Amino acid sequence: MFLNNIIQKLYFLEVARHVRSLHQTSARAGAGGLFVHRDTPANNPETPFEFTPENMKRVDAIINNYPEGHKAAATIPVLDLAQRQHGWLPISAMNKVAEILGVAPMRVYEVATFYTMFLRQPVGKYHIQICTTTPCMLCDSDSILEAIQNKLGIKVGETTADQLFTLTEVECLGACVNAPMVQINDNYYEDLKPSDIEQIINELKADRVPPPGPRSGRFSCEPAGGLTSLTEPPPGPGFGVRPDL
Amino acid sequence: ILSNVPQETPKKTKFGPLADQDRIFTNLYGRHDWRLKGALRRGDWYKTKEILDKGVDWILNEVKVSGLRGRGGAGFPTGMKWSFMNKPSDGRPKYLVVNADEGEPGTCKDREIMRHDPHKLIEGCLVAGRAMGARAAYIYIRGEFYNESSNLQVAINEAYAAGLIGRNACGSGYDFDVYVMRGAGAYICGEETALIESIEGKQGKPRLKPPFPADVGVFGCPTTVANVETVAVAPTICRRGGSWFLSFGRERNSGTKLFNISGHVNNPCTVEEEMSIPLKELIERHAGGVRGGWDNLLCVIPGGSSTPLIPRHVCDTVLMDFDALIQAQTGLGTAALIVMDKSTDVIRAIARLIEFYKHESCGQCTPCREGVDWMNKMMWRFVKGDAQSAEIDMIWEISKQIEGHTICALGDGAAWPVQGLIRHFRPLMESRIADFKPKQQAHA
Repeated sequence: MFLNNIIQKLYFLEVARHVRSLHQTSARAGAGGLFVHRDTPANNPETPFEFTPENMKRVDAIINNYPEGHKAAATIPVLDLAQRQHGWLPISAMNKVAEILGVAPMRVYEVATFYTMFLRQPVGKYHIQICTTTPCMLCDSDSILEAIQNKLGIKVGETTADQLFTLTEVECLGACVNAPMVQINDNYYEDLKPSDIEQIINELKADRVPPPGPRSGRFSCEPAGGLTSLTEPPPGPGFGVRPDL
Repeated sequence: ILSNVPQETPKKTKFGPLADQDRIFTNLYGRHDWRLKGALRRGDWYKTKEILDKGVDWILNEVKVSGLRGRGGAGFPTGMKWSFMNKPSDGRPKYLVVNADEGEPGTCKDREIMRHDPHKLIEGCLVAGRAMGARAAYIYIRGEFYNESSNLQVAINEAYAAGLIGRNACGSGYDFDVYVMRGAGAYICGEETALIESIEGKQGKPRLKPPFPADVGVFGCPTTVANVETVAVAPTICRRGGSWFLSFGRERNSGTKLFNISGHVNNPCTVEEEMSIPLKELIERHAGGVRGGWDNLLCVIPGGSSTPLIPRHVCDTVLMDFDALIQAQTGLGTAALIVMDKSTDVIRAIARLIEFYKHESCGQCTPCREGVDWMNKMMWRFVKGDAQSAEIDMIWEISKQIEGHTICALGDGAAWPVQGLIRHFRPLMESRIADFKPKQQAHA
């Protein structure tokens, strides 16, 4: 138990960081946590995990996407399905996936530790992932991070006491023209101001999931000052088509 | 005597702005229906059967004539790349893999194609697959793009239901399947061999090339990995003609391109424009200009984070295409502009990029795993100024030792921003170092 406490403290220390100019990099701990697995009461090979019958059908459909004899290719999608069912990935889920796909468990462990979206520790109901890479940083993601930390009272890598929110800092999420933005579970909330993210957190606390997308009034990636292209209705089929087709 | 000289058609010298009727991605902003009905109304899937019936050589020729270059960052001539698969089958099926793992900081163009115009991509997969003799296409989309992959899967289901793909696609007698595979958060999986490894269910660690994917790719079969935008423009090129596409942009840099303009501009946006458009015009026309006016511009990263930055005096005149930017000692990359104005701490911006590369390194080869981590530590000290002047030359040397000595191009992508910073902002780095010493002594 004592050892486990130290390991868990080390984990949080490594992930929590200063964000402003005095930046310290965390020790190379891999994608969001220790590479090594340590058994805890909630996370050990005996932790119950079984796919629901509905999810087993999905597993079979996923395996069908790949050629005969290449069941291992389904590792990533099936692990993702296990994570969606359970909320996070205990080691027993990884063992189960290895059993279903007929691969050695180590292969599944390799995949689960390599990719950052596989969460090997429990997370809150709403996983707030804030992008702080340079395009978002230029658009002041620092103030959004500070707003979240102040509102929830937690630092990066921590979960709120009511297990509702977990805050992590992630790399570029691919929505750079809508900076700054966060991803909460599967949805992107873009074009944020600190007041926007506070509003979003309030909605989530009231158990309502706000609609994803830009908060500044625009619909997606068009220039906020008005359309500068595609102002005419799109041409119909056959427009400009070469005559010899 | 001069009458022996053949008449040359006058070369185009003015590029941009593009007329709406020449734009390929007509639903870029999602204002129209993205499903099959809307796509059909906008001209997708029109005469696809006729294109497929024209055959492999015709399609490859159109793509070659169009001068299309890869839109994923490397800019390799697409017609040539797709023709590498044009060899007799040795019993192994061929595959097309579409790289929708859009992770380069600054880049968010494929996202718009997949959520607002997915049928262009699906039709592109079919046409490109036919040109390569592929049996199926795997669209590898990054795991964070859940809603985008959901739109794409709905569109694929619609296409199957309408008989446009699957058995006897579009009635041409050609069988073609399209599968979506979601990634799980790794920028390195955007590298083609790492992507193939990831599809096979392993860690996304790039392979050595040779053997190239066209010989040994996914599941050991000949594969071509192409970017979303490259594949999605292929049907329009076939429909409107390769020479139509060639009419935009300069020689060897032809066509239209989706540009992402982010950072310190008044209206960050994604826009489809002609290749070789001047950078200044692109920013002023579509992004509302630099915050605080053009004179407030410090520098621009022109092609996503892997390309070196260019300072204001270069930005005044440079054209946005592959060759012009290489001449300016940078690159077009994914055409994702990150604009920085004079309020930026450019050293911190580059340091954050190197931290991104450090996190995303797969860890296979020593120069990248150790060298990028080392550069990262040094860069954050340069942000404070807690360094010696000689270390600027040291970090330059480290970046040169990483560049070109790694298995994949992530090492190069990490080295170039540092080189761009030192090349253009060395005085700033030196002054920060000079300012730090007295501050440190004052605290001591």
